[in-house]
Amino acid sequence: MKDLDIERIEIDLLLEAILRRYGYDFRSYARASIDRRVMQFMSDSGHASVSDMIPRLLRDSEFFSELARYFSISVTEMFRDPCVYRAIREKVVPMLKTWPHVKVWHAGCATGEEAYSLAIVLKEEGLYDRATIYATDFNDESLDRARAGIYDVEHIKKATRNYQESGGRGSFAEYYHAGYEAAIMDDSLKARVTFANHNLAADEVFGEMHLVFCRNVLIYFNRELQNRALELFTDSLVHGGFLCLGAKETLQFTSVSDRYAHVDESAKIYKKVVP
Amino acid sequence: MKTRETRPPASASGYRAVAVGGSAGGFEALEAIVGALPMDFKPPILAVQHLHPSDNGSFARHLARSTRLPVIEPCDKEWIDPGRIYVAPANYHMLVERSGAIALSVDGKVNWSRPSIDVLFKSAARAWGGSVIAIILSGASRDGAEGMRAVKGAGGLTMAQDPASAQVPFMPRAAIELGAADEVLCPEAIGRRLIELAGEPRQLKDNRGGNI
Repeated sequence: MKDLDIERIEIDLLLEAILRRYGYDFRSYARASIDRRVMQFMSDSGHASVSDMIPRLLRDSEFFSELARYFSISVTEMFRDPCVYRAIREKVVPMLKTWPHVKVWHAGCATGEEAYSLAIVLKEEGLYDRATIYATDFNDESLDRARAGIYDVEHIKKATRNYQESGGRGSFAEYYHAGYEAAIMDDSLKARVTFANHNLAADEVFGEMHLVFCRNVLIYFNRELQNRALELFTDSLVHGGFLCLGAKETLQFTSVSDRYAHVDESAKIYKKVVP
Repeated sequence: MKTRETRPPASASGYRAVAVGGSAGGFEALEAIVGALPMDFKPPILAVQHLHPSDNGSFARHLARSTRLPVIEPCDKEWIDPGRIYVAPANYHMLVERSGAIALSVDGKVNWSRPSIDVLFKSAARAWGGSVIAIILSGASRDGAEGMRAVKGAGGLTMAQDPASAQVPFMPRAAIELGAADEVLCPEAIGRRLIELAGEPRQLKDNRGGNI
């Protein structure tokens, strides 16, 4: 048997150990990325083989937390893909305005950058005071950072450029308070945002949403888990509600492809329709 | 090298895919390689070129003008079909699943790059072992050298652009110095070699010591 085949068995066993010991099921994640992250963690933590990590993972929960960080790393930024936020302003907001109250579910919010971006858009469009944004993630550490809303200066610089490109109507500097090396997001942006733990792999539906925003999360799931998450979104959206995916994610070939119509093809914004 | 009589149709090739990576000066080399390939070239080509994050598909559109094969900037989980060129979208790593689908990721940069050539090559080696051809082209970083070693270690075939023919020789040279390049060729020769290899039957690769 070749080394790579043995390594494959070892990673299967490691995922099984995590599931049985900690209850997180990473077996339904996209395997190519899981493999890469396990190998990266192995090398960073100075282990010679995947098997070597299993006994320690089973007994040392702090060690598991370190690995879990590798599994949930998400690199994001405010107003990531500015054209998407422009499309939301132009094509989604006018419809959202027709509802008396607007509920947004931002699934997989990681450290909160895009949740604050959505809050800013809704604010500038006059919808914020009648909106609630539920921003969820399965990683409590990420959620703590999201709630704190503190980002480094480089991040804020990038965010400012993105904001301008996204059709921002004001000055981005109004939305944060800068210190020497970091900036904290303004409290008003936190008032209508609820950060909560939710695991798309295990938990149930959030009801009556008008917009589900889930970008660059499904790429980390295998097809089955991707379909599970999409079915949750479909169940939670009202008729005519909107779904926004990552720029390189598509509903094509998924179990819910006949439940949606395109609103903006390049921004990957869809609208729920009667099949 | 191989006689015509033993060459079966291209579909019998032992190679499942060609993975190619380039950076500064890599685009011209890639154009020369894919421009030489015939319409019936079967193994899919997976290409990573270091791009500006705001590239927005222009690399793919540009490349499509220099080849007979369809050029695709894939979405996540898109099936990899024969006879096509898949280019990594700007700002995403491109990996492959054993099932034969594209897997995209927004994980952090590797070698200061996203997409990273190492990420593609290592994932291709992991997914398909010895049936991958990896090619490293002109560029100014070390990205791809480790990935070449992974492909070679898994029994695949690796080629480096001859540094003398590269606009920026550092990237192929890094792979060569690592002992990770089976063959060192100029882009035109890489193109000819790919055509030859695509027609090479599986058992010939076995004879050469490859592990199928």
